[in-house]
Amino acid sequence: MNRYTRRKITEKIMFFLSVMSAFIGIVVLFLILGYVIYKGAGGLNIDFFTKLPTPVGVPGGGMVNALIGSFYLIGLASLFSIPAGILIGVYLSEFGRGPFASAVRFVSETLTGVPAIVTGIFAYSVIVIPMGRFSALAGAFALSLLMLPIITKSTEELLKMVPETLREASLALGIPRWKTIIRVVLSTAKSGIITGIMLAIARVGGEAAPLLFTAFGNSYMTWRPDQPVASLPVQLYVYAISPYEDWHQKAWASALVLMGIVLITNIVARIYARDK
Amino acid sequence: MQEINKEFRVRSSEFGDKAKFIIEGLNAWFGRNQALKNINMSVKQNEVTAIIGPSGCGKSTFVRCLNRLHEEIIGARCEGRVIFDGKDIYDPDVDPVLIRRRIGMVFQKPNPFPAMTVYENVVAGLILEGRKKKSELDEVVEKFLRLAALWDEVKDKLHQSGARLSSGQQQRLCIARTLAVEPDVILFDEPTSALDPISTAKIEELMQGLKKDYTIVIVTHNMQQAARVSGYTGFFLLGELIEFDRTNKIFTNPANRLTEEYVTGRFG
Repeated sequence: MNRYTRRKITEKIMFFLSVMSAFIGIVVLFLILGYVIYKGAGGLNIDFFTKLPTPVGVPGGGMVNALIGSFYLIGLASLFSIPAGILIGVYLSEFGRGPFASAVRFVSETLTGVPAIVTGIFAYSVIVIPMGRFSALAGAFALSLLMLPIITKSTEELLKMVPETLREASLALGIPRWKTIIRVVLSTAKSGIITGIMLAIARVGGEAAPLLFTAFGNSYMTWRPDQPVASLPVQLYVYAISPYEDWHQKAWASALVLMGIVLITNIVARIYARDK
Repeated sequence: MQEINKEFRVRSSEFGDKAKFIIEGLNAWFGRNQALKNINMSVKQNEVTAIIGPSGCGKSTFVRCLNRLHEEIIGARCEGRVIFDGKDIYDPDVDPVLIRRRIGMVFQKPNPFPAMTVYENVVAGLILEGRKKKSELDEVVEKFLRLAALWDEVKDKLHQSGARLSSGQQQRLCIARTLAVEPDVILFDEPTSALDPISTAKIEELMQGLKKDYTIVIVTHNMQQAARVSGYTGFFLLGELIEFDRTNKIFTNPANRLTEEYVTGRFG
């Protein structure tokens, strides 16, 4: 066998292997999706989205508290992490030189790797213990610690992709640096930054660990930030480890809803990124 | 070389009150690398001054010192005096932002703001500073697009993205954007080096028209262009101003051997 044929055969084999690996990856994803739909679809009905949970043994009821609670927690977390993340990203990209900026960058990257449960413990010790109770605030704080480094990193990377010539064009028009950053640099990178934010939301939307001992959970609706609040992932966890068949069914349904939300957020983010 | 500079100082006074810029002892650095060495030169009002020289000779750095853009690069700095209408723009009480409104700049690569429409690009410098009422903007847009010889080509595309125009149109859009701020001086940093010959001809023609209202400094790699558009030419080499004189003298009878070798194409 000459070298040419051998090379052709190697190429064919490697191509087959890589296509197979891609296929397996996708199949696993669809298996999970399919199984969750299979187990969860039966528990989905209008009540699930509109009613509060019922006590054990009482049929019916829904998870509206957890659904709203999840959005509420993410909203609260975004209030802090989006502006802070964008500002840090602007600092790192536009001004970040020298040892301080390197330190900020390093800390931010380390924060990306901190396990979710650890941010939960941290929020527990700095907010829950001093306040004396679980609260939406503590939960949102834990989530925002997860979102912050993601938003910071994506903002920094996207701003760095804005060509230097645009900044110079703006400065040369007599537009001050701060206005150049807001009106030219940020607005050029706007859609990418929004995509980054949505991916950060999708990332924390399904987290239960940071909420277990911060937001804790609540069988009722509340908008008070100093009260415990329910969330889909935590409610899913509680229902899944319970011994009741009815709750298991609801846990599957909430898993399906949670996956749906994360998936939709991801898809919207990607469509948004492509449209620019 | 020092003699040439001295010879130039005489010429500097020749401009008298027609001198828009008087540059004295200008040095510029990028970190430790010195990019400009003791430049002494003047720029005459309502005239096109060309800056020529091989790559890396400091041409761009020189014009970027004239609107204080050089200092915006991290680690870059300069020393010396750049007297603009009788006032040193490097005096501590001068705000570089205000200087840049009077000394506009057009860059090598067309750089319209991609997030803005053609219309918004033209008035970018004005809306960002809130210097004009909304009702006046339509007029401003038409006026400066006409001045930049672009109006007929884009009048139906005013609300499309500026990034969708051809590169020649983009460059004229950048010129319109610069003109709209109503500067006294326009610095062109190799404005046509990324353009085709037809776009280049349009921009050169445009420059001739602008001369009566503006003072123009153009950096160019293209010696024919310098010869065509400018009244005065400065030849830079390795960060030094080798010769500065009337353009026809530089191209027909240069005083310095290096200038002669460059303009006749023996190096660079």
